[in-house]
Amino acid sequence: MSHPHDHGHDHHHDHDHGHDHDHGHDHSKTFRPDIPDELTYYKKLEIAVRELLIEKGIITPEEVRQTVEAMDRRSPEGGARVTARAWVDPDFKERLLKNGTEAVEELGIKMGPTKLVVVENTDEVHNVIVCTLCSCYPRMLLGVPPDWYKQRAYRSRVVKEPRTVLKEFGTEIPADVTLRVHDSTADMRYMVLPRRPAGTEGMSEEDLAGLVGRDTMIGVAVVDRKTSPS
Amino acid sequence: MRQVHDMGGLPAGEINRDEHDYALWEKRVDAMMMLLGAEKGLMTVDELRRGIEIIGEGAYDRLSYYERWMSSITTNMIQKGYITTEELETKLVEIDARRARGEFDAPDSHQGEDA
Repeated sequence: MSHPHDHGHDHHHDHDHGHDHDHGHDHSKTFRPDIPDELTYYKKLEIAVRELLIEKGIITPEEVRQTVEAMDRRSPEGGARVTARAWVDPDFKERLLKNGTEAVEELGIKMGPTKLVVVENTDEVHNVIVCTLCSCYPRMLLGVPPDWYKQRAYRSRVVKEPRTVLKEFGTEIPADVTLRVHDSTADMRYMVLPRRPAGTEGMSEEDLAGLVGRDTMIGVAVVDRKTSPS
Repeated sequence: MRQVHDMGGLPAGEINRDEHDYALWEKRVDAMMMLLGAEKGLMTVDELRRGIEIIGEGAYDRLSYYERWMSSITTNMIQKGYITTEELETKLVEIDARRARGEFDAPDSHQGEDA
């Protein structure tokens, strides 16, 4: 089905003009210069809707604050812990690949209503994840997605020319390695289980986790023994 | 016919790998969705995406990520009757007046742009 008009998002208010952040209703122009941190239309909309929902008792300011704080606490460290555990514990790895959602709960990570599928990189297969339709991402394990994960260029191209895209990230996958691209949905998130680098046999689980960066669990990078993800 | 969000496999330019730290207002949009969605069950992720998909091609690319979310959350809250367009209009006018008095001048209140 096509949508011939491009002002669908304006249905919620009476204006029928364009979508520029500072459209005609924005009286700020008469008061303030156009500075970068201007209170744009959508920033005002955030304040307005949030305050209305609070006034109506649908949400509370405490809930908003706590949710933002919980978001700030989530980071790729969760995924790194899962990866390191899988590297040192073959039984855990088997459970993780069989049912990701249940396995990560053993480490205290709750997927909520979404299902987790973990795909393993081997010497024969390299996996990379994307959400072509929007931005679905294993946030519970990796925190908020990087900007490029949500952008048109990555979403459009990685399913078509993954080797070229990975090269742009500095990752060369040998021609004899199969490259699999996994397209996420709102209900099902993928995480890549990266390969454990050679020469790490004596390392502790904690030190191993320190090697695992976000991009290796998206699949646009591989874990390097020497460089820690910072 | 393909809709605007359905971009898998289409030609596109080079990936811009710059990243930005999310501004507080963006995190609040995200938090609002989490609360309205998984927490309280007033709006589903599918409804969020539907609200984004009807934005249309021009605006979809012009708006930043959380601007699209905010647009969809607003549409959904109005369509479901939790807020009305009149209430929203009144509130936006009130916010303009509060801004004129300098209420939103605090550096943390609305800083940061999407990359």
